[in-house]
Amino acid sequence: MTNIPKKADILFSAYSVEPYQILKDAMKRKKEDIIQELLDSGLRGRGGAGFPTGMKWKFGAAEKADQKYVICNADEGEPGTFKDKKLLTDVPRKTISGMAICAYVTGATKGFIYLRAEYRYLLASLEKEIEVFEQKAKEFGLDFEIKIFMGAGAYVCGEETALIESMEGKRGEPRNKPPYPIQNGYLGKPTIVNNVETLASVSMVCRLGAEEYKKLGTSDQKGSKLFSISGDSPKEGVHELELGMKVSDFVTEYGDGDTKAIQVGGVAGYCIPRKKFESTIIGEGQTTGGSTLIFNSTRSMYRVLHNYLDFYAEESCGQCTPCRVGCQQLLKGIEAVKAGTKPPKYLDQLMKLSNTMNLTSKCGLGQSVTNSFTTIVENFREEMIF
Amino acid sequence: MTNITLKIDNVDVTVEKGTSILDAAKKVDIRIPTLCHHEDLCIAGNCRICVVEQIGKHTLTASCATPAEDGMEIKTSSPKIRKARKDIMSLLVSEHNTQCTTCYRSTNCELQDLAAEYNIDNETYLSVLKPNLEIDKSSWSIEKDDSKCIRCQRCVRTCADIQGVNALAVTEKGNEMRVSTFMHLTMNEIVCTNCGQCITHCPTGALTERRYYDEIWDAIDDPDKHVVVNTAPSVRVALGEMFGYEVGTQVTGQMVTALKKMGFDAVLDTDFAADLTIIEEGHELLARLKAALVDKDPNIKLPMITSCSPGWVKFIEHMYPNHLGHLSTCKSPQQMFGAAVKTYYAEKKGIDPSKIVCVAGMPCAAKKYEANRPEMRSSGYQDIDAGLTTREIGHMIKQSGLDFKDLENGEFDSLMGESTGAGVIFGATGGVMEAALRTVYAVITGRPVPFERLNITPVRGLKGIKEAGIKFENCLPEYSWLEGVEAKVAIAHGLTNARVIMDEVAAGTSPYHFIEIMACPGGCIGGGGQPIPTTDAVRIKRTEAIYKEDMEKPIRMSHENPEITEIYEKFLKAPLGEKSHKLLHTKYRTRKRY
Ligand SMILES: Cc1cc2nc3c(=O)[nH]c(=O)nc-3n(C[C@H](O)[C@H](O)[C@H](O)COP(=O)(O)O)c2cc1C
Ligand code: SF4
Ligand code: SF4
Ligand code: SF4
Ligand code: SF4
Ligand code: FES
Repeated sequence: MTNIPKKADILFSAYSVEPYQILKDAMKRKKEDIIQELLDSGLRGRGGAGFPTGMKWKFGAAEKADQKYVICNADEGEPGTFKDKKLLTDVPRKTISGMAICAYVTGATKGFIYLRAEYRYLLASLEKEIEVFEQKAKEFGLDFEIKIFMGAGAYVCGEETALIESMEGKRGEPRNKPPYPIQNGYLGKPTIVNNVETLASVSMVCRLGAEEYKKLGTSDQKGSKLFSISGDSPKEGVHELELGMKVSDFVTEYGDGDTKAIQVGGVAGYCIPRKKFESTIIGEGQTTGGSTLIFNSTRSMYRVLHNYLDFYAEESCGQCTPCRVGCQQLLKGIEAVKAGTKPPKYLDQLMKLSNTMNLTSKCGLGQSVTNSFTTIVENFREEMIF
Repeated sequence: MTNITLKIDNVDVTVEKGTSILDAAKKVDIRIPTLCHHEDLCIAGNCRICVVEQIGKHTLTASCATPAEDGMEIKTSSPKIRKARKDIMSLLVSEHNTQCTTCYRSTNCELQDLAAEYNIDNETYLSVLKPNLEIDKSSWSIEKDDSKCIRCQRCVRTCADIQGVNALAVTEKGNEMRVSTFMHLTMNEIVCTNCGQCITHCPTGALTERRYYDEIWDAIDDPDKHVVVNTAPSVRVALGEMFGYEVGTQVTGQMVTALKKMGFDAVLDTDFAADLTIIEEGHELLARLKAALVDKDPNIKLPMITSCSPGWVKFIEHMYPNHLGHLSTCKSPQQMFGAAVKTYYAEKKGIDPSKIVCVAGMPCAAKKYEANRPEMRSSGYQDIDAGLTTREIGHMIKQSGLDFKDLENGEFDSLMGESTGAGVIFGATGGVMEAALRTVYAVITGRPVPFERLNITPVRGLKGIKEAGIKFENCLPEYSWLEGVEAKVAIAHGLTNARVIMDEVAAGTSPYHFIEIMACPGGCIGGGGQPIPTTDAVRIKRTEAIYKEDMEKPIRMSHENPEITEIYEKFLKAPLGEKSHKLLHTKYRTRKRY
């Protein structure tokens, strides 16, 4: 049976009549109720780690501090991803409402949008929108101001603790966790970091209610989500889809009829080969962030992996051994196998290495290299060798 | 503070909340390997060698960077951990220029030790060592060899946190990430104070002192040259560590014998020059106090600050160039010594000063650079020809084939070999202050300082900034203007502490008359040229040895040193006199702040 993946029209749906009506309505509710609504909705972070948003806010609200911060992560450094940009361009009010609801629920009084350096052109329009918001916030009696912080330009600065370090004027290196930003974030204060899409989704959960929102998705993944589709697809672009679709259905809709593999979740994600299309549900038990890449049979998976590793070797912050040296070793290693200067079984050594990187790296970057590395090498081993 | 209990390798451990897993394990004698961790420094958690298993968690946990939690269950040894650690070591070695046979840190290298422990080979991974890395030998004091760097950032944290200098920084990212300087300038072009603390905190041979011992051997072998060596007080309480002695063992006598057997023509004591410094600096202080209190001269700079630590001097020249007037004009003991050797000593011994090579054995890296400051030639020659660290002296003794432990005790040669307990304690933070107060108080009142057995304990110890006050009562007639005055003093060690003191001076709010500042934590006993490792436990033991040597000295006040009396009678004439000014005092310069 083929199912066309259900398109959803939530995140880009038209605004309600009055600007910030969602916020106004939310502020009439008890804070605990909103947290419960989010928990019930099953909403998970859309920035990559997939942490339940309601839980994060619950912890944030429970922290005692004289100052708390909300940070909207708009660093979107992942190659092939442009969904956050589209949200901030088309419906910025939804994300800003999300930030404000977060402020209301957790008691934060200052917020930042950490905007990717390449999105500087959005600055003027966003600032204008923030002015509108702050007017409304005053009207609603919400003590919350938002500032835009221009990103440092490195991919790793999207990692929440590196992002905070860079906001503090330091080198964008991920911190040790624990403590998490929720306990010890920006300037040592409790800080709630959420992705642009997560915050927009919060607005929509508040508007639709958890029951309605939950109707979309599977047992594991609730709601709808934006997919930045690129690669060998006639329908490249940002698409909002209901979570929980089979890869085969997805490929039928978005592939070019000759798809041999897709990469879900961007560089940090997994490669799914054709033979597993039927048995795999997108996003189940896996990363939820980033882009979806479609590869047809003309693609060399060696090149694909090579590109990823090149990216990692360059974009690692370089501080921790497994990631800094490991990325270089994986890259040089597959080159050596391809060139025949290392035997094919060296790939097994590299698989073990990617496992060590996963177990010992300091942040999600080094930890996630193994996802694409093992899934590509396991499924396309002969392409690595010949 | 609340206590928590966790299980490490099935042993219950109770520690204060906030203690790292690493420290909790130490408490029950479980050793976890570390590289980026150093107990002097803040946590980095970047080498990842200290990973342990936390039951219930898939990924491994960096034990140095993770606080222990109540009920946690930790395993520190398992196949998963061993494999991961071995892999991490293999990775470090794969980007390393492994040349142990020619490396200065060989046998004292944390990377080498762990590589041996895990029996790392060169086969597992390809080499990703960056080609064409050049050793930066531009500095008089510090050599930086990036091919031996494991990017643990211990040097960066040392320079930033302990020294407040920030001469070193991480630059680039990914495979290009490295430890570099502002705009990648060479080490002689930056704010580096040459203190050498980054060297003693580096786990590998990436940062070392510039070695001068080949030149010294050449001089010793040259029959035409008269080679004089003087050793600083803190060398004798640390050198033993190079030969397996317990930390804090005094090896003064054996050191002297070794140096004589190595062929130095005279083995003299820097402590003599420390005593000389006290006379000059003490009188300078009195002169400044008089000018300020009696003559009400508004141009007199108080507090006066010591100038014996060349790293500190370079720091103030860079960071507080408008406040150089507060520095005592006295040269450091090393430089006073050199100037006196090439004039007074040469004259007395009837040796042509151009034939004298004056070597200083120092706990310090900055002394190498200081010896080469262009001002330091008032004798008509370069006052000090070369500075050696304690480590280099240890190497030279080994090179000469001596069995250090079997050596008999020797005595310093004379002329400039006699010293007092006051000279000895220069080696520890607070020592210069204590030595100065012992003499100044005696000069003013004719009585010894009112502390039991002359031990001015408030100025001692490892507290970052120490303060004390001493009241002058029943002064001798010529010092009646000081009657009832309480001299307020402060002592700082480590340049981050110096900054706190200097910010007060710069703001005009400093309440002190006299301040002692040493660049290195603990003072010279913790100097950048001392045996590695240096930690607080080591500093405490070396300090104890210093004060023990002080107590053993028959004379414990600088002005009672008979050789000091003699040099003033026969040569210098008077403290702050014309000759002193020419030979023993110096000028400072302003430097840029980048
Ligand atoms: C290397 C790296 C890069 C990341 N980049 C981004 C990013 O560009 N945008 C983002 O929202 N989250 C990014 N994250 C995830 C954040 O660390 C963090 O989990 C997220 O912002 C939390 O928001 P969420 O709970 O709404 O997903 C990145 C993580 C890693 C490890
Ligand atoms: S895993 Fe990579 S990006 Fe993350 S801290 Fe380590 S080196 Fe930096
Ligand atoms: S730094 Fe250590 S491991 Fe490297 S060459 Fe020197 S002694 Fe050997
Ligand atoms: S010698 Fe001292 S000042 Fe220079 S880089 Fe090292 S720690 Fe910093
Ligand atoms: S120079 Fe030494 S201390 Fe600094 S990062 Fe390299 S290995 Fe570590
Ligand atoms: S010693 Fe713990 S990470 Fe380096």
